[in-house]
Amino acid sequence: MTTLDCSKNLALRGLRLGAPQTMGAFRIVPVLRDDAPGDLRINKQVYGGYGVVRLDGEARSPGLTYHSYIPHGLVVSHTDDGAAATLGARLGHDKGRTITLHHRMAKALPGDEGAKRFRLLPLHLAMEGFLALHFRGPDVLWSEYSKQAERRGLDPRCETSRRGAWISGFEEALRIFEIHDDQVGVLVFVAEALATVFVVSHPADYRALHLSLLEDFFGELISTYALLYPETLRVESHLDASSMIDLDHLAQEVARVRSDWNEHTELLTRGLFTRPVREERVRTAGRFVLQRFYPDFHPDEECHIGERIVRDDGTVEYLKTFRLSGAQVRRAHLLSKLAEAGWDLARAAAALATTKSDLVKRLVNAGFGYLLKPHILRGADSA
Amino acid sequence: MSTRSLSRASDRVAREDLLLFVNACFACTGQREFYGDGRGQKVSLDFLHGYIAGNYRDLYAQVLALGVNHLNQALIVRNLLASGREVREASRARENALLTRTLHTLPSHRAMHLLEDLAKHGVNNRRARALTKSFLGRAEERDFLAVKYRRSFRRAAMHAHAPFIGELQPFFLRGWKERRFVTPLFESFRQAHYSDRALYELPYSIAEGLAQKRGVRRDVFLERITPRLTAHERARLVSTRAAAGLATDVDWSRQSLVRIASYLLSLPEAERAAREEELSRAFTLSVRRAARRTEASYGRVVCVLDRSYSSQGSREKRHRPLAAALAVSRFFRATASSYTALWTSSTAAKGLSEREELHVLPRGATDLATPILAALRLRPDLLVVVSDGYDNDPGGLAGQVLEAGARLVPGCFMLHLNPVHDSEIYAPKSLTPAVPTLGLRDAEDVPTLVALARFATTAGSMTDLERDLDVRVRAFLRDAS
Repeated sequence: MTTLDCSKNLALRGLRLGAPQTMGAFRIVPVLRDDAPGDLRINKQVYGGYGVVRLDGEARSPGLTYHSYIPHGLVVSHTDDGAAATLGARLGHDKGRTITLHHRMAKALPGDEGAKRFRLLPLHLAMEGFLALHFRGPDVLWSEYSKQAERRGLDPRCETSRRGAWISGFEEALRIFEIHDDQVGVLVFVAEALATVFVVSHPADYRALHLSLLEDFFGELISTYALLYPETLRVESHLDASSMIDLDHLAQEVARVRSDWNEHTELLTRGLFTRPVREERVRTAGRFVLQRFYPDFHPDEECHIGERIVRDDGTVEYLKTFRLSGAQVRRAHLLSKLAEAGWDLARAAAALATTKSDLVKRLVNAGFGYLLKPHILRGADSA
Repeated sequence: MSTRSLSRASDRVAREDLLLFVNACFACTGQREFYGDGRGQKVSLDFLHGYIAGNYRDLYAQVLALGVNHLNQALIVRNLLASGREVREASRARENALLTRTLHTLPSHRAMHLLEDLAKHGVNNRRARALTKSFLGRAEERDFLAVKYRRSFRRAAMHAHAPFIGELQPFFLRGWKERRFVTPLFESFRQAHYSDRALYELPYSIAEGLAQKRGVRRDVFLERITPRLTAHERARLVSTRAAAGLATDVDWSRQSLVRIASYLLSLPEAERAAREEELSRAFTLSVRRAARRTEASYGRVVCVLDRSYSSQGSREKRHRPLAAALAVSRFFRATASSYTALWTSSTAAKGLSEREELHVLPRGATDLATPILAALRLRPDLLVVVSDGYDNDPGGLAGQVLEAGARLVPGCFMLHLNPVHDSEIYAPKSLTPAVPTLGLRDAEDVPTLVALARFATTAGSMTDLERDLDVRVRAFLRDAS
């Protein structure tokens, strides 16, 4: 069902950026859309607790599962003929302290009134894609690998993240953010680092989902930045009042300031929008495609994973990204280098310009010590 | 530095301090705002009061005559009474007159709580006691205050050693259950504990609690208590009465502009459309009264009005900044020879009409630069910006456009009115230092504020200011006699 696309860039096609609003550590840039057609609508389904997602298709199989705190899912309604899609009824509110069982990250739901509908688990979809990279472990059985690596691969593979509500000042920043009438999304910066991009298709949906950002998860890096830099640097584009000739000149200068702000935002989002990504198609829904994407994992670059829905003309209808923290990027980097080298430690060490014992140490530090036999670990310790 | 320039510098400092304080007294109510919490507002205000009272005692007292809001009037009275020793002998008489006049013009709940506050803060001197005694001793009000504000009355009277004359003594000190009273209100209060009939002779707030205790049905109670309602209670209970199926009988045209605007904004969109006629008329009548009283008249005026999301205020001050903007717009519509209302995030360059204005909602970002630019193109005599001082589309641009506009359109006087106090800077937040920013309380104060802003921009001397204040204090005290 899934295919890997060749590398290409992401872009916010069909959307434009507004002026940023700054509160404390946060700079939030609105994403605007002039005339949303309304044939793809997204709303929230509340689960409010922990969830287990069964990833493989067979019912009642004890197969692969994804465990996480999953407070809500998104229900995507779309029509094929361009007619306005209806949101459908809310599907009830589960009580807390239960574990909800989900089937698949994206799952069809019964539609009505000409609209088709499916549900996806936001960000979990992207995160699951990230965790599943090289999940099966070594495909060549080199003698260094442990029995566990041989039998179960990387299982269990886990990463940690922080809830939006736990990031200091984020709640207040979202409360006082002023939503534009034609706004469909936001870019959230923490201490000038891009934390997340969240875009939906319709302004009314965005207004309803604005506070759901608090329930999303963010990397450790972002919450640390929010603590360390409680005030963003003041950035201002300046008008020179004394050089103005007349009101037309003033109007031109005002327009220049606005475009300066857009350039500033574009500069700060380069890490997401100018780097090539690998795309994986998850679901085709009429004219829309749900994809998840991840970049090349390079420890010196900022890495965003995410998911998006794209219309056939390239317009972004839904986008949500997650910024990986440094340790997460390093883990992914090590794994991808190992996989490239056919899981041969010596070749991988050469590719990383290091020695084999150093590579073993790095694997241990990254939390992958369980993949190797104990005597290899001891050998690396004494070396 | 010569003595002359020194005195000029001290004049400037005094003028700025006073303006800062008056601004805060107009805008700050010590309640939560959209951007700041209530605690911060109180701390900020307390500091300002302490600072001004310590440095400019005479001016501090005279601020009472400027129509600042009730919270600040009460605070000034309390602070003056608490520091009576520092008053100059020459100004004692005038200070006393101001204190007495203010206490008697405050709404009775404010006045009673002020007196209770004196007890709480241990302010007890001859002047405070005399003031309390004379306030509580007025025969025409005494019984009503004693029943409606029982706790405050008792505490204030005990604290000031005011005599419990007549039946006040058995009512407060012996336990009201012990006897029948001759005073009708006291007797009604006693009987209301045992009979429903007596409930309806009591003030509404007292009767409400007793009715609840006696299990009187809400709709029956609301209907029968109607004759006892004060004007404010009537206005406050409109939706409660409607929910109980009772007709409303509030004449909105008797209310102040901001009050009408607040009520209008509290209504859902459909009801606003249905009652457009009635509320529009209320605005017209109210503004006509205000215009007659203030004798205000302006030339070509353009207002830039903020209706962004932040103008919805806080839970405690719901829609307050938006209501203030709407009221100011209405005021200028009636008093200017030509008027344009430019609201934020609206594309119409000719502004919203009188009817469209009634449907404003607090939504969208604050793009003040675009409407200010449009306003400058109209080349008005007076450009008034009503906003909470936070512009974010893009941030800081509105102030720069105003600054450039002041240079490019020299004939235009610019003024920024801000209904929101910013506790961090002890003043309403300003857009740019080039344009005076003033705290806004009621739309009816606009003429005062325009005059004050003109004073702030021209370097008037301290003697001018004192003369001006003196005129206002005389007028304030004259109303008493």
